[in-house]
Amino acid sequence: MATLVHSLGWSVLRFIDHLGKITVFAGRIGRAVLTPPPRVGPFIQELYNLGVLSLVIICVCGLAVGMVLGLQGYNTLVRFGATNSLGAVVGLSLIRELGPVLTALLATGRAGSATAAEIGTMVATEQLDGLRMMSVNPIHLVVTPKALAMIAVMPLLSALFIVCGMAGGYFVGVSLMGVDSGAYVSSLEHAVDFRDDVVGSLLKAVVFGVLVGLIATYRGYTCKPTSAGVSAATTSTVVVGSVTILIFDYFITALWGV
Amino acid sequence: MQPSAGRDFIVGLFVLVGLAAIAYLSFSVGGLSLNSSGGLTLYAAFDQIGGLKPRAPVVIAGVKVGQVKSIELDKNFRARARLDLDRHLEVPTDTTASIMTSGLLGDQYVSLQLGGETAYLKSGEDIEFTESAVILERLIGQFIHSTNVQKSE
Amino acid sequence: MTVAAGTDAHVVFDDVYMAFEDREVLRGLSCAFPRGKISVILGGSGSGKTTVLRLIGGLIRPHRGRIRVADRDISGLSETQLYTVREKIGMMFQGGALLDSLTVFDNLAFPLREHTTLKAAEVADEVHRVLAAVGLSNVDALLPGQLSGGMIKRAALARAILMKPEILLCDEPFSGLDPISVKRIEALLHGINRRQGITMLVSSHHIPSTMRMADHVVLLWNQRVVSGSPTALRDSADANVAEFFNEEVDASLALAETAQPHARPRQISAPLPR
Repeated sequence: MATLVHSLGWSVLRFIDHLGKITVFAGRIGRAVLTPPPRVGPFIQELYNLGVLSLVIICVCGLAVGMVLGLQGYNTLVRFGATNSLGAVVGLSLIRELGPVLTALLATGRAGSATAAEIGTMVATEQLDGLRMMSVNPIHLVVTPKALAMIAVMPLLSALFIVCGMAGGYFVGVSLMGVDSGAYVSSLEHAVDFRDDVVGSLLKAVVFGVLVGLIATYRGYTCKPTSAGVSAATTSTVVVGSVTILIFDYFITALWGV
Repeated sequence: MQPSAGRDFIVGLFVLVGLAAIAYLSFSVGGLSLNSSGGLTLYAAFDQIGGLKPRAPVVIAGVKVGQVKSIELDKNFRARARLDLDRHLEVPTDTTASIMTSGLLGDQYVSLQLGGETAYLKSGEDIEFTESAVILERLIGQFIHSTNVQKSE
Repeated sequence: MTVAAGTDAHVVFDDVYMAFEDREVLRGLSCAFPRGKISVILGGSGSGKTTVLRLIGGLIRPHRGRIRVADRDISGLSETQLYTVREKIGMMFQGGALLDSLTVFDNLAFPLREHTTLKAAEVADEVHRVLAAVGLSNVDALLPGQLSGGMIKRAALARAILMKPEILLCDEPFSGLDPISVKRIEALLHGINRRQGITMLVSSHHIPSTMRMADHVVLLWNQRVVSGSPTALRDSADANVAEFFNEEVDASLALAETAQPHARPRQISAPLPR
C-alpha cells in the first residue's frame, strides 16, 4: 500500500517536472524563432514531411468520416422529418469538432511520431552533439523548423479534412439518400457562422498544432540515446499528444463556444 | 532529403490548396463578407419578437438579403431590431417587417413585404409597419377561449 | 600527475568528479594534456574515456572540479559562451555523427556555410582540399549511410579539421576498423599533428597504435588515473598498469568487474539537454 502511494506521488512529481521542462523548452524554441538566420530550407522541408505526406491519410479519413456522418445524420433526422437539415448537421459537426480534433489525432499519429523518432535518432547517433561542437544550436536548426511547420500545417490539414468530409456527406446525403441538394447546401450555409464556427475551428487547429509540435519535439529531444529510448519517445508522443488534444478540446470549446 | 525545386513547388501547391479550403469555409459556407461596411442598415421595432435572435436571416420573398445584427429595448419598451442588409437593396418607405417561423417549430426570421411607394428608406431609418411574432401559447390560449365561448353559446 | 616540465598544458583537469544516474565514472581526476602533442586517453570500456572528451567539449558538466581549456575555466560557462570556446575545438565522434540527411559534401560544407562568408566556389575548394587530405574521393554526392565504417571516420575527421581547430578531440577513432584502416587513420592523425601542430586528445583502447602514436598517455581505470609517456607506463613498476600494456592473456587476470554503486538522491527525471 505504501509503495502504491509512493509511486503515485512520484508520478505526480514527475508530471509537474515535465510540465516545467516543456515550458522551458517552449521558451527556447520561442527565442530561437527570434534569432537569425531564419531556417527557411528546413522549414519548407518539414512542411513537406508533415503536411504533404499526411495529405492522403487526412483526405481519405475526411471523406470516410463525412460519409458516415451523412448516413448517421440521415438515419436520425428522417425520424423527425428534418432531413433537409442534413447539410447543417454534417457541416457543423465537421467544422466545430471532428475536423480539428480528428485531424490533430491523425497528425499526431503520423507526423508527430515521425518527428519524435527523427529527433530521437539524431540524439542517439550524437548528431545533435556534433552540431553543438560546431557551435550550431540544435534547437535553432532542427527543432524549431519542425515545431513551426506543425503549427502551420495543422489548420491547412484541418480545413482539407472538413472539405473532404462535406463532400462525403453531400455524396451520401444527396446522391445516395435523396436529400434535395439545394436544401442540403442552404441549410449548411445558414447554420455555419464564420466567427463562431469557422474561426473557432481554425483556432482549435492552431492550438492543437502547437501542442503536438511541442510534445513531439520535446519527447524526441529528451529521449534516452538508445533504440529503446527512441521507441519510448515515439509511443509517448502519440499517447500524451492524443490525451492532451482531447482535454484541450473541451476547454477551448467551453471558452470559445457560443 | 535534398532541397529540390520539385519539392518546393509541391509544398507551395499544398499551402495554396489548404488556404483555398479555408477560404471556401470562411466565405462560401461561413458567410464572411469583405464589404460588410457600407451596407444598408434599417431598424424595426416590434411589440413582441418571440424567439428572434441576432444573426437571424432577413428575407424578401424567401431570399436572404441580410441578417439581424442586434436587438435592444427602445424607450417605449418595444424590441428594436437592427437589420444589416445588402448594399444595393431598395426598400420602399411603406414596407412591412414581420417575424415568421421557418417550418412549424423552427427558428424565427424577419420577412420584409415590400410596399409600393416610390420613396426609399435610407440607411439608419426605421421601418414603420411591423408585425410581431406569433406566440404559440397565446394562439392556443385564444383557441381554447374561443371554443369555450362557442360551447357556452 | 602533471606533464613534463617545459611543455605547457593546453587542457587541464582539476579534481573532477563525474557520475551518471547509477554509477560514478570519474573520481577526483586531475591531469593535464600538453599543447601541440598527441595525448591518448587509455582505458577499458566504461572507464570514462568518452566522458573526459565530452567534458572538454562542454557537452556535459562536471559535478565538482574545474576544467581549463587554454587557460579558460569552462566548467561554469553558459551554452552561448561555450560556442565561442568550441570554435577552437574540433571533435571526431565515434559514430561519425554526420547529419544523415545531407550528402558528404553538404556535411563538410555545413560549418563553412554557417560560420564563414565564403562564396560557393571557395567552399567547394576547401571541402575538396580537406577530403583529399584524408584520402577520400568521389564521395561528394553520397549519403553517410552509403559509406563504409572507415570512410565515415575519415569524413568525420575531415569535418573536424575543416575549421582549423587548435584542439582535436577524437572519440575512439579506431573502434570497429580492420587493421589496415586503423593504420590509415593513425597515419592521418599523426600527419595532421606534425604538419599543423594541433593538440590531439584521442580516446582509445588499442595498445599498438597508442605506443606508436602517443606523446603522452593518460590511463584511466577503477576511477584512478596514471599518466606519463607511453614507454614509462608500459615499463611501470605497478603491476596493474603494466598488465594493461601486456598483450598476453594471463590466467591470473581478474575477470570479474563491478560497477561502483553510487548513492545520489534520485532525480525526478533527467535534466533537459542544453
